[in-house]
Amino acid sequence: MGFDFAAEGPKFMQLLIGIAAFFVVVAVLLLLVDRVPMRRRARLPAAIMLAPALALLVIGLVVPAVRTTVLSFRSGDGRSWVGLDNYSWMLSAPEAVTVLRNTLAWVVLVPLLVTAIGLVYAVVVDNTRFERLAKSLVFLPLAISFVGAGIIWKFVYAYRPPGAEQIGLLNQLVVGLGGTPKQWLLDPPLNTLFLIVVLVWIQAGFATVVLSAAIKAIPSDITEAARLDGASPWQMFWRVTVPSIRPAVIVVLVTQSIGTLKLFDIVRTMTGGQFDTSVIANEMYAQAFRYGETGKGAALAVFLFVLVTPIIGYQIRALRTRRQEVG
Amino acid sequence: MSLPTRPARLVLAGVACVTLVATGCGSSNDDSSSPGASAECAPYSQYGSHPGTTVSVYSPIRDKEADAFLQTWATFAKCTGIKVDYEGTGEFEAQIQVRVDGGNPPDLAFFPQPGLVDRFVKAGKLKTAPEKVKALATQNWTADWLKYTTIDRKFYGAPLGSNVKSFVWYSPKMFKEKGYQVPETWDDLIELSDKIAADGVKPWCAGIESGDATGWPATDWIEDVLLREGGPDVYDQWVTHKIPFNDQKIVDAVDRVGSILKNDKYVNGGYGPVNSIASTAFQEGGIPITTGKCALHRQASFYSSFWPATAKVAPDGDVFAFYLPGNNASEKPVLGAGEFVTAFADRPEVQALQEYLATSDFANSRMKLATYVSANKGVDLANAQNPIDKLSMEILRDPNTVFRFDGSDLMPAAVGAGTFWKGMTDWINGKDTKSTLDFIEASWPKS
Repeated sequence: MGFDFAAEGPKFMQLLIGIAAFFVVVAVLLLLVDRVPMRRRARLPAAIMLAPALALLVIGLVVPAVRTTVLSFRSGDGRSWVGLDNYSWMLSAPEAVTVLRNTLAWVVLVPLLVTAIGLVYAVVVDNTRFERLAKSLVFLPLAISFVGAGIIWKFVYAYRPPGAEQIGLLNQLVVGLGGTPKQWLLDPPLNTLFLIVVLVWIQAGFATVVLSAAIKAIPSDITEAARLDGASPWQMFWRVTVPSIRPAVIVVLVTQSIGTLKLFDIVRTMTGGQFDTSVIANEMYAQAFRYGETGKGAALAVFLFVLVTPIIGYQIRALRTRRQEVG
Repeated sequence: MSLPTRPARLVLAGVACVTLVATGCGSSNDDSSSPGASAECAPYSQYGSHPGTTVSVYSPIRDKEADAFLQTWATFAKCTGIKVDYEGTGEFEAQIQVRVDGGNPPDLAFFPQPGLVDRFVKAGKLKTAPEKVKALATQNWTADWLKYTTIDRKFYGAPLGSNVKSFVWYSPKMFKEKGYQVPETWDDLIELSDKIAADGVKPWCAGIESGDATGWPATDWIEDVLLREGGPDVYDQWVTHKIPFNDQKIVDAVDRVGSILKNDKYVNGGYGPVNSIASTAFQEGGIPITTGKCALHRQASFYSSFWPATAKVAPDGDVFAFYLPGNNASEKPVLGAGEFVTAFADRPEVQALQEYLATSDFANSRMKLATYVSANKGVDLANAQNPIDKLSMEILRDPNTVFRFDGSDLMPAAVGAGTFWKGMTDWINGKDTKSTLDFIEASWPKS
């Protein structure tokens, strides 16, 4: 079936209306700003210009956040107050505790592994002949969507009974080494580790590129001075490289932590949260939308928000201090 | 409210055309200028003429089956001028909630879960079915089928397709070669399984992996066996939570399933140890039967469309199914399921389509196109695509059949589409019966 412009007409109309509305709003704002007396041009125009963004922020972020928080104190169908029941479920029910435990494993392991692998890789390939190629290769998985990566790795872990032809890379290797094929994704807690590998595989390239750029930005006088003082490669790494690129390492750690907390796609694609592999974001979706337990889903969402907040706070503070240092 | 007179309707349609900037109007105007004129359209004149209108349908049915539906109502759409905007999704249960909450409900939805219908009725979102639909449904279906969408004495929609779940697929060829007999009682079934196992083949194969819905084939197993272990009354009490989920009777039924599904001598033919059931896609669960690596696979009538195209589905062919036996040959409880057509809107064109879908004409034309089972009594069995469809419909319309709807579809979604599936997956993966059922019982919504 081809693309029928006429049939899509209403959508184009909506698009046009949207664009027109945008221009009208901008024109009205500019007109308003223009009317404001010159001497008061500092505060009021700023407020006027900020108003639309603020309105969108309130509608798109503040209102839903408040509503979610309210829902987390209500029953599954949202019709009666249940106090802290949803939270006590989250912290006491075995299946919910498993979810929290898994999320913790993800959040501790992924940023550490990604940063460590990215850093070592960046240092090792730094200034070698094949640096570009090596960096492109490790960067490639980043171009794959999480769902795509999940499907690829599902094949890597695929299982066929002993004796049958293995279609999974990992089991083929195991069989080649004389072992028996295993069902990697079925046995907790190891299955969570096999899922973590997938995210590390995707994100290591990001860490490599960011950290490699930071390494290249280390002033050469510092490295030369260290070398003249007779620093061994080991000392170079720990005493010069790592301290110099500390801000970049923190950026990688922080972005990875936040990204991992929100992780959903890989778990959902590969196990659907079965076999004790569920994480907060996946469980939140399942509770709220599949089981119709909006209260429990909202409680998980609020908890996730609470977990992310300190990391963002830390990031903002770090940014501010750096700006003060620079300024 | 009376319908607008003809000129008024044309004007309305014209206005709709201008506002929508749609070309679809041109053709529908042509139709409306001579509604019911051709012989082809004569049977559809009773649904009226609704040029320029659109009815959106949201459904879990996709691919080939969905194409057959589109083809079935194509003439209806042409003659009434209604454009049917069909959308099939693999995540119906979650997405219908999102659409309704988002203020964007479809006009019609095909619900496979009466439990979900109940939730939307309680939330005040669904419209009661028009009188004509109710009359058609009463005429075409047994009372059993009507009660699933009758909530607080109000009727919300007629059934659409159906399936029979109490089937065990097997290979008639293999049975003939090895001299196996189709079992008539549960004891015969176990005896047969032992015999096959002694011949060096793992008798049973199964797969319960189904993406988001992983675990559902195992819940069907439990329901089917509970119908036999406890009888229909216990089954009803269990579904409505009059007895707890971890009642001893349920424990017994689950253990009886376990004597097959968790028995390393019996499973998983062609795939490996017991826990390979959890990672085998349900579509592939029975396929080893075609290679002789497995002999028995309990799955619904619709499994007939999953066999390789080369396998002949017939009593003397490569694969066929027998009725999952009861405790003795005279007890024949049947587990089944189906979809229900319910409406979120009550515009005349929506009701016209709803009415058409409830007729036996619709079921008959749908059946002529591709495999389809309907419990509609007006269906001509000669239209059945294969012997399994025919057998299923015979069972469904037999007044002596004790029919029960798939329990997990009747329970609250938190259990029926959540912890029951998850629990059974964990159970297959090694968790014991008691703690699995305790977990499910604890998750039953309190209210």
